[in-house]
Formats: sequence, structure tokens, C-alpha cells
Amino acid sequence: MQTQPYVIDEPANSIFRVNRETMTADEVLGREWDAVFGHNWLYIGHESELAQPGEYRRRTVGGRPLFFVRGRDDEVRAFHNTCPHRGAVICRQDEGVTNVFQCFYHAWSFDTQGALVGLPDEEGYGPNFDRAERALKPVARLAQYRGFCFINFDAEAVDLVTYLAGAREYLDLVADQSLAGRMTIVRGVQRYSMRANWKLLVENSLDGYHALPTHQTYFNYLDGVNGHAPAGSANGGVPGMPAVGARGGVSLGNGHAVVDGSAPWGRPVARWAPTLGADAREETEQIRADLIARYGEEWGRRIAETDRNLLIYPNLIINDIMAITVRTFTPVRPDYMEVTAWELAPAEESGPRLARRLRNFLEFLGPGGFATPDDVEALESCQLGFSAGGVQWNDLSRGINRRARGNDELQMRAFWRQWNAQMTGTPRNDWSDGAGDYRPAAAASAKDSRP
Amino acid sequence: MTTGAQSDTGAALRVSREAVEDFLFHEAELLDEWRLDDWLALFTDDATYVVPGTDNPNGDPTQALVLIDDDRERLYWRVERLKSRHAHREYPWSRTRRLISNVRVTGATADAITVRASFIVYRFRNGNADPFIGQYRYTLVPADGSFKIKARRAELDLETLSPNGAVSMIL
Repeated sequence: MQTQPYVIDEPANSIFRVNRETMTADEVLGREWDAVFGHNWLYIGHESELAQPGEYRRRTVGGRPLFFVRGRDDEVRAFHNTCPHRGAVICRQDEGVTNVFQCFYHAWSFDTQGALVGLPDEEGYGPNFDRAERALKPVARLAQYRGFCFINFDAEAVDLVTYLAGAREYLDLVADQSLAGRMTIVRGVQRYSMRANWKLLVENSLDGYHALPTHQTYFNYLDGVNGHAPAGSANGGVPGMPAVGARGGVSLGNGHAVVDGSAPWGRPVARWAPTLGADAREETEQIRADLIARYGEEWGRRIAETDRNLLIYPNLIINDIMAITVRTFTPVRPDYMEVTAWELAPAEESGPRLARRLRNFLEFLGPGGFATPDDVEALESCQLGFSAGGVQWNDLSRGINRRARGNDELQMRAFWRQWNAQMTGTPRNDWSDGAGDYRPAAAASAKDSRP
Repeated sequence: MTTGAQSDTGAALRVSREAVEDFLFHEAELLDEWRLDDWLALFTDDATYVVPGTDNPNGDPTQALVLIDDDRERLYWRVERLKSRHAHREYPWSRTRRLISNVRVTGATADAITVRASFIVYRFRNGNADPFIGQYRYTLVPADGSFKIKARRAELDLETLSPNGAVSMIL
């Protein structure tokens, strides 16, 4: 039974504390399945993954086995992965293309739009048997924003665009990297786990404060390869050009948040650094020029020069840094999560340019990179530390009295404020600390605001 | 150690499996003992080290997302990282034990041989025992009476890195 609050939030007193029980207690996870995963928009995949009619992907979303498929009518749908007859899993492969999903147990068959199209010995059922009532069960809602597909188990949920609030601007900055207008998930997926609560990965993905201490070996590598390049400088390797529009930590509404900054690594689109290779310099600078020509100075330079660690509440991370990783994670137990990560790239990239992006991704990102393994260690270490007892509260007050910087903790507070609101049934409409924080124009879409 | 390698006038190399096994067992010992500089010295200057994703053991790192795709320079930095006290998932170092089996020489040219072998790498740390199971594919070139590694791929049979969490040591 809960005797202490989940969160103590007193900006006027510079206090923001999170109860460690939120990350250890079975009862908390039991409530999260409904209060958090039952009513928010959850990422299921990217539209580019379903390139042709009949193409499908199997996914676990919010702890539930689902699959999503492009129907013969070209519509993308998500289904609960269970036979409406007696329960067996219908889609039993991670990916593929098919005309029909047949349950192996009793051979009921469904088309790519979910309709029951065949079953053995149908006469055995009574005269009132209705195939339409036994169709595959679609997830209550599916919607997409610029290729990012989300589902919602709540039929009454607010529409996706409203839900995304200020995060749309940052999704646009990602999506606009393709001058051909088409971003795509590169083949391949990284699937791993952490012996840690899922919310620790939310925090870690938005945590600028840990970067230097935890990832020292990565920065040593960058310094080693970059030589005299401007490691740690604000202009991120573009000589004489300070990064435009880097806003630090920003609450984007509805629990979404971003770290908007600049760093010493290379960005394939489009900030050259020596780790990208000398032969890539000219092409990378050309891409940057093309982006500016297409979108104008401000928006083009923001795409090219600034990095984004973006949280779409509750559990989608899009880190647009030395490459773009799209990462989602789902709790298994309070102290265990499973993580799935993909790489997003402009569809027009191929050959050496794609190879360069893939290579650059791996220098930092993923369970074999120079950084992610140490994040896994850090999160598992926190989870282990929670069991030590003696300390009940985590401190996330950093930067609460100033306009948040990228290495402050406003991003995490925005997440926790929404989480706490949903878990306690006390809705709120402001997730910032106070008047000092940067605020995105509430209703304006990025499309409207960009030059 | 002798490889039994012969390369006369462009004919394909002929090597004994025993010589290849000796080399692989030696390499495994260096890794289990964390003698990483000695291990790095086994590689040619143009060497590659690849760990494909668990979703696609055949993955080509120039076309698909994988777990590790190092050239010789990045492999050097991987070793430097692991030798420092700041590769936190490997400080202190985990205990590992590599069992290498089913070794076969699968091809030979005048300059190099290809080898496949099965592996189980057990990793122990912080009370956890995490097995990594899969297959190595090597391209080896004769050098100094033994071999050097020109290409090394560790293809995992695991469906996911769960509960392993990461490939933090050399696989």
C-alpha cells in the first residue's frame, strides 16, 4: 500500500524528488499497465517497414503481442496477435509478406485486412455463426505522424496530433532530413535487455549530465580520431558557425521532452567530423548546403547542426545524434525491461553514404557501441542500488531554478510530472518548472513555424 | 607452432585443422586472460571485426544495422576502452570462458583461408551468468609460422541480447 507520494514537486523550494518505489514495486507496474500503457499513444513501428501490401511486422507493444500489416487496400492496421477462435498466436514470425494469416491450431484463415476468409468445416457451427464477428481484432486506434505509427488501446484517446503537442516540431526536424521526402528504417534491429526499471531508460536517454562522466571512453575515442577537432565546442565541428536554435532541455507538453543541443561527433546529415572520414567531407557539406537551400537558413541549419534526444511519452526515444536511433522499451518486471532499437535514415541514402551512416551509428549507439553498454551498466547499477534501502528519494532538481540547459533535468521532470499525473488521476496542463523555461509555441505545427 | 601452410606458385594454401585449432585456442586464451594488446597484435592492419545483429546473422554491416562493425582503428579504440577503468560494464573485468568447437577450414586461396567454428562464451559478473552462443567466421592469412586475422565475425544464435544486455567484452 502506498504511503508516500510517487513524486515531490516543489519548484519554489528547488525540490523535485522521485520515490524509488516507483521503480521497484510490483503494484506500481501493475497500475502502469493500465494508467500509462493502456491510454497513451505507443509506437509500433515505421510506415517504411511495410513497403508492400501484405508486409507485416510482429511487435510487443505495451506488454502485448501485436502485429501490424499493410493490407491489400494499402491501409496499415494493427491487430491483437491472437486467434479470435481459441487464442493461439496468429503471426508467428517477426516479419514477412503474406496474403493470408492462418492460425496453425485449427486452420482459421484471415486476410491482410483481418477478415475471416476460411475455416475447416464451417457447417459445424450453428446458423448464427457470423464470420464478421470472428475477424481479427484490430487495436482500438492506429495513427501515424510523418511515417511514425502509433497505436492506442483506448478508443476514446485524444487524437495523435494533439497528443504529440510540441514534439511535432522535433519529429519534423527528423523527418525533413530526407530531401526526397522519405525516411526509412534501415534493415536490422537491435534487441537487448536491461535488468532495470523501464523509466530509468527514459531518464538516461534524455540525460546530458551523465554524458561526460559515464562515456569518457567514447569522448577519448572522438578526441583520438578527431585530433585537434573542436571536441566539446558549441559549434559542433562546423568552423565559425555556432549551432542555431539549440534550446537545451525543453518540455514539449503531455510528458514529451527533448534535449536540443550540439556536440563534437559527426552527423551524416549534415555535420562533418573526422570520424566520418576525410572522403565524406565534401559530400556532407553539400548535403548541408542542400538542406539550407531547401528549407531556409534556420530550419536547414537546425536539421544539420543540432542534435536531438527526443522522448515521445511514455516510451519512444528518437535520438538524432551521430545517426538516428528509434528506440522503444517495455517492462517485463519492475526490475527488467526489453529494448528494441532501429536505425532511421533518409531513403535516398545508399552505397558508401549509407555505409558511412551505419558505421557512425555504431561508434556510440547500441549494445556493442562505445557508450550503450555503460548505460546498461549504469541503469542496472541504479536498480541494484535501490535495493540497498536507506534512501527513499532520487533527486531530479538540477536546473529547476534556471532556464534548463541540456545537462539539466527538466526533461526528466516533464516525464515524471505526466507519469505522476496519470498514475494518480490528477491531470495537468503544464509540465515545465516555471516561467523561465523555453516554451514551444503550443498549437503551432513546425510546418507552420518554419520558414 | 607450424601452420603447415604451403603457397607455391599461386596454389591454394593447405593447412591442417590442428594448426587452425591451435591458433583459435590461443586466441581464446588471450581473451579469457584479458591480454588485449597481445590479442590485437593477431590482426592485420586491414582487419575487420563484426558482430551481426541477432535478427540477421548474415547481416552485411554496409547495408544493415548490426551490433559491431570495427575496422582496425576502431578495434584499437575498443581495446583502449576496455583497458581503461572507464568501460564501466567491464570494470572490473568480467570472467569469461570460451569454448570453441566444430572447427572447419571451409576454403582456401593462395593468400588466405576461411574458417568456421562454433563458440560458447560464458560471461560472469555481478552474480549473473550470461552465455553467448554462436558461430565464428574467420579469414586468416599465414604469418610468422602461424596466422593473422584479416576478418573475424561472431554470429550469434541468440534471438535477443536478453538477459545479456550488451556485448561489452570481445565476443
